[in-house]
Amino acid sequence: MKKYINTLCFMCSVRCPIQVEVENEQVISIRGNPHVPAMNGGVCPKGVAAMAALNDTQRVQSPLIRTGERGSGQWKRVSWEEALDYTADRCKAIFDKYGAKSAVYCERANLISDISKSFQKAIGSPNHFTHDTVCKGSINTACRSMIGYTDGQINADWTNAKHVVLYGRNVFESVEIKAMNSFMAALEKGTKLTYIDPRVTITAAKAHDYKMIRPGGDLAFNYALMNIIIKEKLYDAPYVKRWVEGFNELSRFVDPYTPEWAEKETGLPAAEIVSLAREVSRVKPAVVFHYGYRGSHHPTEVYFRRSILILNALIGSIESKGGLFIKKGLKDAGYKAGLKTFSSQKFPEMEDKRRFDGCGQDKFPIADPAHGVGFMFPHAVINEDPYPIKVLFAFRYDPLLSNPDYNTNMKALQKLDLIVASDVNFGATTAMADVILPESFFLERSDPLQMGSGLKPAINRRIACVRPRFDTEPMWWIVKQLADRLGVGQYFPYETAEDIWKYQLADLDIKIEDFDETGSVSLSDKAIWWDRNDGINFKTPSGKIEVVSDLMESHGIPSLPAYEPLDRQPDAFRLMCGRCVAHTNVMTQNNLYLNHLVPENRLWINDRRAKELGIADNDRIEVASNAGKGEMRAFVTDLIHPEAAFMLHGFGHKEVDSKRSYGKGVADAMLQERHHDKIGGSPALDHTWITVKKL
Amino acid sequence: MGDYIITTNPKRCIACHACEIACKSENNIPLEATLGKIVVLGPKMVNGKPKMSSVFVPCFHCEKAWCLEACPTEAIRRREKDGLVYIIESLCVGCKACIMACPWHIPQWNAETGKAIKCDLCMDRIDQGLEPACVSVCPTDALSFGRPEELSDKTRETYAHGLLERNLSATSVR
Ligand code: SF4
Ligand code: SF4
Repeated sequence: MKKYINTLCFMCSVRCPIQVEVENEQVISIRGNPHVPAMNGGVCPKGVAAMAALNDTQRVQSPLIRTGERGSGQWKRVSWEEALDYTADRCKAIFDKYGAKSAVYCERANLISDISKSFQKAIGSPNHFTHDTVCKGSINTACRSMIGYTDGQINADWTNAKHVVLYGRNVFESVEIKAMNSFMAALEKGTKLTYIDPRVTITAAKAHDYKMIRPGGDLAFNYALMNIIIKEKLYDAPYVKRWVEGFNELSRFVDPYTPEWAEKETGLPAAEIVSLAREVSRVKPAVVFHYGYRGSHHPTEVYFRRSILILNALIGSIESKGGLFIKKGLKDAGYKAGLKTFSSQKFPEMEDKRRFDGCGQDKFPIADPAHGVGFMFPHAVINEDPYPIKVLFAFRYDPLLSNPDYNTNMKALQKLDLIVASDVNFGATTAMADVILPESFFLERSDPLQMGSGLKPAINRRIACVRPRFDTEPMWWIVKQLADRLGVGQYFPYETAEDIWKYQLADLDIKIEDFDETGSVSLSDKAIWWDRNDGINFKTPSGKIEVVSDLMESHGIPSLPAYEPLDRQPDAFRLMCGRCVAHTNVMTQNNLYLNHLVPENRLWINDRRAKELGIADNDRIEVASNAGKGEMRAFVTDLIHPEAAFMLHGFGHKEVDSKRSYGKGVADAMLQERHHDKIGGSPALDHTWITVKKL
Repeated sequence: MGDYIITTNPKRCIACHACEIACKSENNIPLEATLGKIVVLGPKMVNGKPKMSSVFVPCFHCEKAWCLEACPTEAIRRREKDGLVYIIESLCVGCKACIMACPWHIPQWNAETGKAIKCDLCMDRIDQGLEPACVSVCPTDALSFGRPEELSDKTRETYAHGLLERNLSATSVR
C-alpha cells in the first residue's frame, strides 16, 4: 500500500516541508509538501538525494567503539547496551576527577536542542554550543544590539519587497525553497535585485545589478550609502523620528564616509553608490538589505552586520511590508502559552557556572550564550582555560571541518580523554571518536515538534516515514539513555516521540492528530504585522532601534567606532568560502548523487592574476596560509575579483569510511587562520591571506 | 516529443540539477547514465554583466525516431496512444545501434545490465496523471510539461496579456 507522509526534510538546516511517498518500507519519491504552496511541489537536489542517503551502506550502521588509533577507521561493532554503558562509565570516572563541567556538548541547532541543553543542565555542565556562532554569531549579536531580537527571530518579506540588496547572500545556490520561490515570483513582477559579492554566483547572474566589490569592502560601501541617504534626506523621516535612537550621532559619524572615499575601499564607482541610495529610497520602505549569511566575515563583522540593519532602519523597512519583519509566535497568534520546553525544568544548581568560552561572561560579554562561541573550544582545551576540558559530545555536528584552523582543532581533539560522536554518517570528528552512537536518518525518525515562527506562525512535525535501515536510534532516545546511566534520567520524562509531542503541547489546545493531514498546525490564517507607526515591540531597553546601543555601550563597547581599513597584500589572495546548491556544510560530500554532481572543490582565482603566476585552468596548485596548506585544482576565471580567491566549504574529507569523498579537494578550515570578531564571537572566515603556486 | 513537450524557463532555472537526480534515483538508473539532462551555460560575463541560461534535454520522442528504426530486435516501440518511444528491456540485446542512430546520442548505456536505456517521459507517471519526475521535482517550476498546442496557447496569451495591459495603462496615464 502506498502512503504519502508529510514531514520535514533534514538534508540541510532549512527543514523544508516535504511529502514522502512510501511503499513497502521503500521511499519512492520525495516532493515539496503540497499543502505549502511556496514549495511549488518541488525539492532541491539535496532533498532528492535523501533517498540515496537513506540506503547508503557507508552510513554508520551500528554503535561502534574504537579499537585502533584515533582516526584509523578501526572499530568494534557493539550493542547499544555496551556502547552506552561504556560511554557512561568513562564519563563517570572523568567527572569524578574533573567535574561534569569538563564535558562540552556541541551540535547544530536543531529540533532536539532543547533536550541537548537539558542534558548539560542535568549533568551540571554549563558548556553547550551550537554551530550557529560560526556562520552567524556576529549577526545574532548585531541584531540583539539594535532591535533586541536575534537574527533567527526576524526574516525578509521576499514576496512584497520592491528592492532587495544582498551581500554575498547567495539565495539561488544556498537555497531555502519557500523564500526563493516567493522571491522569484517577486522578481518576475519587477522587484529589483542588487547583488554585491567579489565572486559571480548564480544569484549574481539573476540580479539586475551585480557589483564585484573588493573583498571586505562591504562595510565601507554601507557607510557611504548611509552618508548619501542622510545627506540627501532619502530616509524615511517619520519612521526614523519615531523609532531610531542615535540618529544625530549617526549623521555625524558617517559624514566623512563619502562615496568618493568608499570608491577607494570598495573599487566601486562613487556614482553607483549614490544611484543605489536614490533607487532604494524611491521604493521605501519595501526594501530589504539582507543582514545575513556570508558577505564579509572579518574581525569587525559585528559592525558590518549593524551597518546593514542601520540601512534598513533609515529606509524604514523593519516591520514594514516588503521589508524585514519580526517573526510572530504562539503568543502573537493569541495563545496563552508556548510549546513547553524540557530545559525550563528546575535543575540542580551548578557548582561552577563559568563557561569554557566565556560567552555572556568575561570573554564575550554580549555574545549569545544560547549558542556559545565554538571558536574558543580548542583554546579552552589546549590551555585548560578556564579549567580542564576532557569530554566532547559531538552530536550531529562536525566541529573539526566546520571551524577555522583544522590543525589546532585537531590538536585539541587529540588532547581529550573521551570523544563521543553521534551522527548518521562518518564525518571528520566522528572518525576521531572513541565511541559512536549512530543516529537514525531523518526519514527514519520522529523528532520534537518545531515552532515555525513567522508572519503566519505554525507548528510543524517531523515524523518517521520508514523503519531504520540499520541499528540506529533517534537522538532524543540516545540522550535519555545516557542521562539514565548518569543518574539524571528524571529530566527526560518520555519513552516515545508521541510522549515528547504530548509534553510540548501540554499547555495548548492542540492535539497530535491535528498534524496528521498536512504535517503542521497553522496558528494564524493571516499575516500578523505590528503597526509600524506605533506598535512595534522592539526588545531593546529604549523600545527603539538602537543605533547607539545600550547593550554595547553598557559593556564599554563603542556603537560607532571609526572605520579601520583592511590591510592589503598584493602578492596574496584573500580567501573566501561559500556554498553551492549541491552540498550542505560538511555533511553531504559523500552522498552518492551529490558527490557525483560536485565531487571536489577547486580554487577560484582571477584569470589575470593566474596568468602572472603561470597557472592555467585545472592546473594542480598548492594553496597555503599561516594555518596550513593543501593541494587542489585551480578554476581560472574572470568571475572573481583579483584580490580574492574562493573555495567551496565542506571538502577535504579524510575519514576513511567515507569512500566517495575521501581525499577530494581541500578543507577551507585547513587554511583559515584563527581570526575572530571579539564582540560578536564569529570566526573571521574571510580574513585569511593565502598564497598559491603551481605544482 | 510524442504528444508532449517539456520546456525550460531559463529565467527560473537555478542549475540545481534536482531534475537530473530525481530522474536517476526514481527510475533507478546507474549514476553515469543521464536520461534527462539539464544543459547550463554560464554564469559568464556578457558585456560586463554575468549571464546564464539553460535548457533541459530529455528524449524528444521524434516523429521519425532514428533509434526505433535502427533497432534490429524491435526492442524500441512507439506507444499507440501518445507516441512515446520506449525500450522493452527484455528485447534489447545491447548492440547500441540506437545510441549511434540518434542524432543527439540520447539513448544511454546501462553498464550494469549491458542494455540501452532511454527516457520514456516517465510513462508510468503520465498514466497516473502525474508529470515526469524531472518536471515535478523542479523546485522553481522552471520546467513545464504539456502538449505543444497548450504551450503555444499559454505563451501567446501571456505575451498578449502583457501587451494589452501595457496599452491599457498607457492610455489611463494620458
Ligand atoms: S532517442 Fe533520439 S532518435 Fe530516438 S526518439 Fe529520442 S531523440 Fe529521437
Ligand atoms: S530542477 Fe529545475 S531549477 Fe533545477 S536544474 Fe532542473 S530545471 Fe533547473
